[in-house]
Amino acid sequence: MTLRLQTSGSLRNRLAITLIGGAAILALLIFFAIRNYATQVALQGQDNILGASVTSILDAASIQNGDVEIDIPYASFSMLSTPFDDRIFYAIYQDDRFLSGYPDLPVATISDGEREFHSVSHQGEVVRVITASRTLIGSGKRTRIHVALAQTQDALSSTLDQISRTAALFGACFFALAAILSFWATSTTIGQLKNLTNSITKRGPQDLRPFEKPVPSEMAPLVTSLNSLMERLDHSLSQSEDFIAEAAHRVRTPLATVRSYAEATLQRVEKEENRQAVRSMMRAIDESSRAAGQLLDHAMITFRADHLERQDVDLVELVHELVVRMTPIADMKDLELCLQSEDKVSYSGDPVLIQNAVRNLIDNAMKYSPNDGKVDISVSSAPELQICVCDSGKGFPIEELNTLAARFKRGQNAEGTIGSGLGLTIAMDVARAHGGDLHLSNQAKGGACVLLSL
Amino acid sequence: MRFIIAIALWIIPVALFAQEWEDRRLFNAQGTALRLRIISSTDTSLFAPVVESFVSQYPDISVEYLVIGTADINEIFRANPEAFDLVISSAMDLQLKATNDGLARPVPDLPHPAWAQWRHSLFAFTSEPAAIVINRDAFAGHVIPKTRQELIEAMRARPEFFNGRVGTYDVRESGLGYLFATQDARASDTYWRLMEVMGALDVQLYCCSGDMIEELADGTLAVAYNVLGSYATARIELKDTIEIILPSDFPTTMMRTAMVSVDAPHPEQASTFIHHLIALQSGPDANILPLPPLNSKLNDVKRATITLEPALMTFLDALKRRRFLAEWEDSVIQEQP
Repeated sequence: MTLRLQTSGSLRNRLAITLIGGAAILALLIFFAIRNYATQVALQGQDNILGASVTSILDAASIQNGDVEIDIPYASFSMLSTPFDDRIFYAIYQDDRFLSGYPDLPVATISDGEREFHSVSHQGEVVRVITASRTLIGSGKRTRIHVALAQTQDALSSTLDQISRTAALFGACFFALAAILSFWATSTTIGQLKNLTNSITKRGPQDLRPFEKPVPSEMAPLVTSLNSLMERLDHSLSQSEDFIAEAAHRVRTPLATVRSYAEATLQRVEKEENRQAVRSMMRAIDESSRAAGQLLDHAMITFRADHLERQDVDLVELVHELVVRMTPIADMKDLELCLQSEDKVSYSGDPVLIQNAVRNLIDNAMKYSPNDGKVDISVSSAPELQICVCDSGKGFPIEELNTLAARFKRGQNAEGTIGSGLGLTIAMDVARAHGGDLHLSNQAKGGACVLLSL
Repeated sequence: MRFIIAIALWIIPVALFAQEWEDRRLFNAQGTALRLRIISSTDTSLFAPVVESFVSQYPDISVEYLVIGTADINEIFRANPEAFDLVISSAMDLQLKATNDGLARPVPDLPHPAWAQWRHSLFAFTSEPAAIVINRDAFAGHVIPKTRQELIEAMRARPEFFNGRVGTYDVRESGLGYLFATQDARASDTYWRLMEVMGALDVQLYCCSGDMIEELADGTLAVAYNVLGSYATARIELKDTIEIILPSDFPTTMMRTAMVSVDAPHPEQASTFIHHLIALQSGPDANILPLPPLNSKLNDVKRATITLEPALMTFLDALKRRRFLAEWEDSVIQEQP
């Protein structure tokens, strides 16, 4: 019945992956952007201090008595103190002649008034070097002072590590938050679809009402299509039921006429051969008439089940009335109808439907019972409300127990018995319409048993 | 042949270290495993308890303790860093520059306050003030100066008495003297006035605190400036002869520092020695060390200690040093009128 649909991936996964993937990319971008920016700021900070320091050294340069004097201020190096005790190196040149400091420190060639920053490896460590120069003008003498000042980057890299950790933490938090939001958004979105699916799945087989709960606008076209599909289905179903009921009705009335003529003819015919033919004819007419009746019943039941109107009924009284009405027919077959019940079993349901169902069950039981047989009917309210009809016939074929209630399905042992195959279907439909079920079984001592639980 | 080798073996180290040491002592000579070589400016008598407690804890290590002036330490050590395991000096600036130049080996995992160490390589373990030390007899009946300014006034009051009887470091020879002088000059101009007054009084120049204390004790000197107070305090027998004055106008306090040579032959044991030294000065046995430990407060005065920072290298700059020494010589070395 349920067709396994081919699926092409999952909307939920696709949505989640897109959102989380986007969040991951954004988190990485944030991490690198913060880190990059912080690196620039930190490096700029070191450059600024180096710049200030070198400026103070150059400012202290002067020409005295024709000699270059540089009275390096204590603060020049003091301002380069860092919590990580970074090493400092410097070199002072006058017109490319080494004056003091570290002669092996690489000095950039720069033009006057410029300053240049670069990072080099010195004494096995990466150092940030600033090179700056100043022209001194003495009496009739111009000379250029170059100062290179370098500092290791221990404090800087420690700061960067710290910033990287913070940025990574920030990125991770952002990602986690975005991921949680993605899951939430995804499941909320998919939840609407699930709700729709659930409410459609939960419907009874006959329920073809349009879906009316509000849905998100994106799902509105789907639900509209679904509703219109169900409307058409409902329409065509009721059309065909109407058609069947009309057809059965139209067939039944002429059949009754034909049967009464056949009966009259049987009285008049004397030749045994002809009597036999007329009897066969009558039996065929009975069968057709009964089938038409049951078709009508079925159509009526389908309609009433769809528009179930419950009222309080006493099941015992209802069944008893039926038994009384059917006793004459039973007597014709020498059958005994035996009703066992409590005093009163109250139930809220459609009496017409229940009566119809029970009548079909008793009818079936009588049909399959041998002459002089007995049909046991019981009504009980505990442990659950149920009506049981058992006969003393051959019982149901075991392999067909589950399929017998289908429409027009007749048991293999039904040869030679009049019937349409709708009896059990009607009983089953009635039971289901009342929220109950129909249970078929065979008795140990022989004979079939049908349990209608409501 | 064997004789020649023996001669050669004897000559090579002697030739390598044909160095005049102020003092040289071998501790725990029977310690056969290895020998730590310590080059130091601290007098043996003041440092011996530390070495003795070390070798008693590590009996298979012997320690060779070599004493020489701070400026010489700088020269000798820079020329042969692989010849020494440990360098101990009172010249903070020279020690810091050596560390900056990569001559010190880091000793990680040593808990020590940040202000008392540099790059986990250079460790301070004493706190010693520069003091004015006077001969009590020379000031008998006179006001004892408490500040540099009062000292100037005291000397000006009796120029004939003080002439030739004042002493201080020769900053050209002594690393510690240069450190004290530059820090004083940085702090106040009073230093230069003091130097001019002392120069006018035919100031006697010394290489070391020990020599100044000796001459103060025998009365050759009446007053000495920038003497290591710790050395004078250690001479308990001179308590009645000399008096130690910690100038109250601005104090100059030095921290003695130790480091492991980057090319130390026995770096592990040298690190262990530093650990031992630091633990000793901060632990309950601090009085084993005759020198004042880091956290001691002298006279309850919060004394400004010279900071371990790269700025110490400023006055070691060749141009700056040349300029400073010229100025110093101008003040101190004057032709007698």
